[in-house]
Amino acid sequence: MPEKKKNKCIIIPCSGIGKALGTITRRATYIVTDELLPNKTDSICLPLLTIKDKDTVRKIKKNPCITVDGCVAQCAKKNVEHHHGKLKGEIRILDVMKENRKLKPGTVLDIGPDGEKLARKAAEKIFKIVGDKS
Amino acid sequence: MSEGMISRVATRRILEERDDVVTICLPLFLAGGQEERDFAKENPCITVDGCSKMCALKGVKMYGKVQPKSSIVISEIIQKDKHLKPKSKSKIESEDEKLVHETMRIIKKQIEKVKEREE
Repeated sequence: MPEKKKNKCIIIPCSGIGKALGTITRRATYIVTDELLPNKTDSICLPLLTIKDKDTVRKIKKNPCITVDGCVAQCAKKNVEHHHGKLKGEIRILDVMKENRKLKPGTVLDIGPDGEKLARKAAEKIFKIVGDKS
Repeated sequence: MSEGMISRVATRRILEERDDVVTICLPLFLAGGQEERDFAKENPCITVDGCSKMCALKGVKMYGKVQPKSSIVISEIIQKDKHLKPKSKSKIESEDEKLVHETMRIIKKQIEKVKEREE
């Protein structure tokens, strides 16, 4: 009997442009979707959700979502909640930083080696949530 | 999308070069309060979109209830000037620099036009 196809987990970074932490959300997301779990995860452009794109709204209602936010505004989480998406987990890069106080990220355009390490730490957290939900 | 990376980098570099421009995280239009929604009303906006879905342009219209002063789309620049499509979604490769510079040139030109009109 064919195995029932599972819905991919949607990872949604805030991609904030004001701080390096926004860039780290993007990097962490791509580490998961392109390297660690390409068959189990996918991503969407958050601005598409902000403008209420129908296909994107349908996607976040149908698939489990994990948001990755860079600052306290938590745009990714709030946009998913606003559209009643299936929010299964949330990552806050500020929390990842608190747990790794020695790591100092670079800039928005170049997060530097410590920023890359923080992105890897965040990616591990996403990986764990996806694993728990699989 | 890799074109989104170009819009992001070009915008951010402009921001770091000049002190007469500001930017806003697009998702804040929905996640933020009235202050964020009024941003587009109170400031002349130039949108820089990666693809033809034009989220930035639509976001300004939807939440700011105004037409942006200018709209730039990276995929159109690629097509018009026959640039190579960028490969990476998370970093700028050396071969993408020409496209970033061209995008910056267009943004700067539009900033000057908007400033002239506002004066």
